[in-house]
Amino acid sequence: MYSRTYKSLVSIPPLFWVGAFLLLPYALMFAHSLWTVREGVIVHQWNWENYKTLFTNPLYAEVLFRTMRIAASVTLCSLLLGYPLAYYLAFHAGARKELLYQLVIVPLWVSYLVRGYAWKTILGSDGVLNAFLQYLHLTHEPVGFFLYSPFAVVLMLTHIYTPFVFLPIYAALEHIPRPLLEASQDLGAGSLQTFWRVILPLSMPGLLAGATFAFVLSLGDFLAPLLVGGPSGTMIANVVQSLFGAAFDWPLGAAISMGILVITISLLFLGEFLEKRWAFK
Amino acid sequence: MKAQLTTRRSPILAIYAALVFAFIYFPIVVLVVYSFNRDGVGGFPPRHLTLSWYTQLFADSSVWDSVLNSLLVATGGVALSLMLGLLAALALDRASFPGKVLFRRLVLLPLILPGIITGLSLLMFAVFAGVQLSLLTVFLGHGTALISVATTELFAGLQKLDRAQEEASLDLGATPWQTFWRITLPNLKLSLIAAGLLIFTLSMDEIAVTFFLIGRDNTLPLEIWGRLRRGITPEINAVSTLIFAVSVALIVIWYHLRSRSLDAPARELFEQP
Repeated sequence: MYSRTYKSLVSIPPLFWVGAFLLLPYALMFAHSLWTVREGVIVHQWNWENYKTLFTNPLYAEVLFRTMRIAASVTLCSLLLGYPLAYYLAFHAGARKELLYQLVIVPLWVSYLVRGYAWKTILGSDGVLNAFLQYLHLTHEPVGFFLYSPFAVVLMLTHIYTPFVFLPIYAALEHIPRPLLEASQDLGAGSLQTFWRVILPLSMPGLLAGATFAFVLSLGDFLAPLLVGGPSGTMIANVVQSLFGAAFDWPLGAAISMGILVITISLLFLGEFLEKRWAFK
Repeated sequence: MKAQLTTRRSPILAIYAALVFAFIYFPIVVLVVYSFNRDGVGGFPPRHLTLSWYTQLFADSSVWDSVLNSLLVATGGVALSLMLGLLAALALDRASFPGKVLFRRLVLLPLILPGIITGLSLLMFAVFAGVQLSLLTVFLGHGTALISVATTELFAGLQKLDRAQEEASLDLGATPWQTFWRITLPNLKLSLIAAGLLIFTLSMDEIAVTFFLIGRDNTLPLEIWGRLRRGITPEINAVSTLIFAVSVALIVIWYHLRSRSLDAPARELFEQP
């Protein structure tokens, strides 16, 4: 139906743009990771030294490990909050469903910074939470460990990614054919059994998609640690950021970025693969 | 039977859901309340409500300069990403070319990859090309990264489109160009507006990519970020409250437009990452 000219006219500009402004920059990052810095100048000398440093210096493994732990905690907490919420909306909310759905997805798109900042004002040593505890005479001194800890990072990121996790789970739950649930009940299964043997397996693709999202997005976050994490909440992307800033070692920073990129893409593929395996046939 | 299944009562679940909602909205409520608190960001209970932080904000010229910068970047970003996103969506919907699957994944990458990766890649590209960092680089960054959102949104719109109309138009002798302007584009109007609103909001709020591409002139989020390092005052609460209100308004409009154009809530974006 569409002529060749039409097809080339619509394909060539985006192909060119994406090639020039996405593919080329990502490729440039890879190239940087194979270069070195000598006396404050980036030297285009191809070598694997940066990757060797990553694998031999235990500092990087340690930060990466901590980052993974934080990302895993965020994923788990978001699932624990997001799944029951999605379940409630899909099966119990009745007429309020549409309104509640909007109430979850609106904050999803709304300012990361605003929400992060709000947590900073709540958790700080002269913040709202501490003032509240002192007001109730539960403590007399401000509690210092709320802010600037891995806990604060997990809390803030869980707050941000719970709606992300909710969305695909809710979509999956909505797509479960209702007669299946009736069949399960008619055949004598209790609600718990129906959940465990029918609903949960059928919502698995949504759950996996949500979990992948939360994990991957937390993994590469550098703003939450800066806002509420403090030194003990430093994550791998902060190391990258400092290598590109004050430390000025772009090649090493690029190598770590490539690491994050590879982990992210592998996880996305793994998630996709598992989703397909669990998909409703 | 069916009624029983869909409206079963479960008080524990209802309370749990209410608590999750409370968790999602609690920080925002605190933010808004303390923007009216005379005595600063902390302290409990908030006493002495005042509008003075807002008056201070309205007199703060560097904030308004940054708002203007953000508006410039977002408007440009919307235009650029919609234009390329529309073409990309048409290409994915109608053309076949080698590497199509790869292209689809590549376009979506900025949506899925951490912002720092996209930001730093573009920074290296700018340095490599010898371009000075400025609002122009921020605009190009936003425009490029948000093609992902434009493409997904417009592709969903195109999938719902009735092709028979375009076929009829071509059969009746209209040129492809006329068909595009008179049939395709008007039919996509709602999707285009909806996508534009979403992209505008995302660009106004963007910080992770902007962080690495910013020159001397700040966007609003970066201006706020800079102030956070110098200590916090309810003035930041006030500006955050306004940002939140405007973003929510835009997102609600986007949601309704999108539901109308697709006859379904906005889910597709997340089902096919």
